[in-house]
Amino acid sequence: MSVQTQFPTASAPLRSATGGPLLKMVARDVKVFYGAKQALKGIDLEIQENRVMALIGPSGCGKSTFLRCLNRMNDTIENCRVEGLIALDGEDVYGHAIDAVQLRARVGMVFQKPNPFPKSIYDNIAYGPRIHGIATHRDELDEIVQTSLERAGLWNEVKDRLREPGTGLSGGQQQRLCIARAIAVSPEVILMDEPCSALDPIATAHIEELIDELRENYTIVIVTHNMQQAARVSQKTAFFHLGEMVECDDTEEIFTNPRDERTQGYITGRYG
Amino acid sequence: MTDHIVRSFAQELQRLSNLITQMGGVAEAQVDAAVKAVGRRDVTLATQVMQADQRIDAYERDIDAEAIRLLALRQPLAQDLREIVSALKISSDLERIGDYASNIAKRSLALAQVPAVRPVVAVPRMGRLVEAIMKDVLDAYIERDVAKAIAAWERDEELDDLYTSLFREVLTYMMEDPRTITPCTHLLFMAKNLERIGDHATNIAETIHFLVVGAPLRVERPKSDGSSFAVVTPSSDNDSDRTGQA
Repeated sequence: MSVQTQFPTASAPLRSATGGPLLKMVARDVKVFYGAKQALKGIDLEIQENRVMALIGPSGCGKSTFLRCLNRMNDTIENCRVEGLIALDGEDVYGHAIDAVQLRARVGMVFQKPNPFPKSIYDNIAYGPRIHGIATHRDELDEIVQTSLERAGLWNEVKDRLREPGTGLSGGQQQRLCIARAIAVSPEVILMDEPCSALDPIATAHIEELIDELRENYTIVIVTHNMQQAARVSQKTAFFHLGEMVECDDTEEIFTNPRDERTQGYITGRYG
Repeated sequence: MTDHIVRSFAQELQRLSNLITQMGGVAEAQVDAAVKAVGRRDVTLATQVMQADQRIDAYERDIDAEAIRLLALRQPLAQDLREIVSALKISSDLERIGDYASNIAKRSLALAQVPAVRPVVAVPRMGRLVEAIMKDVLDAYIERDVAKAIAAWERDEELDDLYTSLFREVLTYMMEDPRTITPCTHLLFMAKNLERIGDHATNIAETIHFLVVGAPLRVERPKSDGSSFAVVTPSSDNDSDRTGQA
């Protein structure tokens, strides 16, 4: 691991210069290198609290790289170097005071393919709270498991088979299980990397409905290749292209009247 | 703008745009023929106009169907979305224009049954202006030319002025000779129809602005249709000061 921190004591404002909602996370001039190759070329982005931010862009544009910077998932990648500032509640997440494991409890993640642990449904949810010491007693854990599954819209489907393996659920249920697992440690931000790309339209609709409900309590950043999904679930959309953040605006604006030719070309399926 | 990766989508959008252009051409021809039928007291031409209105209605149905199909199958965004929504709006404006043209033709039948009245010359005059506005608006659509659309949009004021003056003239005429009330009333409705055609043409100009720029045209159009406020009182001495405006 060789993450360099440029601004160990840096901090970021909690509100945008133009006012508006609280800024949950702020990125300033974020550059990421994989060895000599530069993947992100100075990203500035403000993520508002209790909003869904969609990151869109062609494969290899850097959107997943950026997403992984937000909870330091890139720390585990050999030769990856992150420069610039990423702040959570105004505090630099790459700063000395921040523990990466604690950070990932505050900034949770859901991946493209549902990846439940090879454990029971119950233990999938209980694992995080146990290792983070959030709950120790059995009844506390029971409650966390139930509320997490309820919030993920899965409780009614699995309440009678909590001891069965999580891997026995359908794809859509597994993904909701992973969301429940992320919620169980009471994160503040949930990062989702293509959470529906392996799901059918009904399972996708369940997840999208869930994202909309989760927004009340969490801040969500979602990477998606599906333009309609970005349009349906997010309030803000950022378009990434060749390691740059080309345009970030209200989702409605991006999908009806994007400012940049490149955004327009991408979302309407034209040669760029 | 570069081409769609999916060529069939680009072709379908082009087809939709062509349908609008064709429908616009038919609507223009209908207005022109209706105005001619009035001026020439041509009953045959008027009947043709009334019958041809169903062609415009058919275009509207085709455009609706095509637009809905594209919305459902292509999930268009940005420019493509505006293209399709604009087609829907423009086709409904053109359909109304067709209805007004047909109504003018219908009234010309009544007009042809009674002796001609002098103010009828105002109909071709208004017709020329409304046709010029329509032509500019349709050209602006084909060329995606916002400046041209706005210029046409502003000319609607001239049409409103013409309408207001015709309105007063016709009222005066009826007062002078109550036997002209039947043809003059038809004339007033015709003039009103032409004025409404102008309004629909300005709607289309606004849609073109939205289509190209991506935002609605926010300025208020100068309104000078004063006919709603016009009062003409009979005067004992028959010179110039016959008309007045409240």
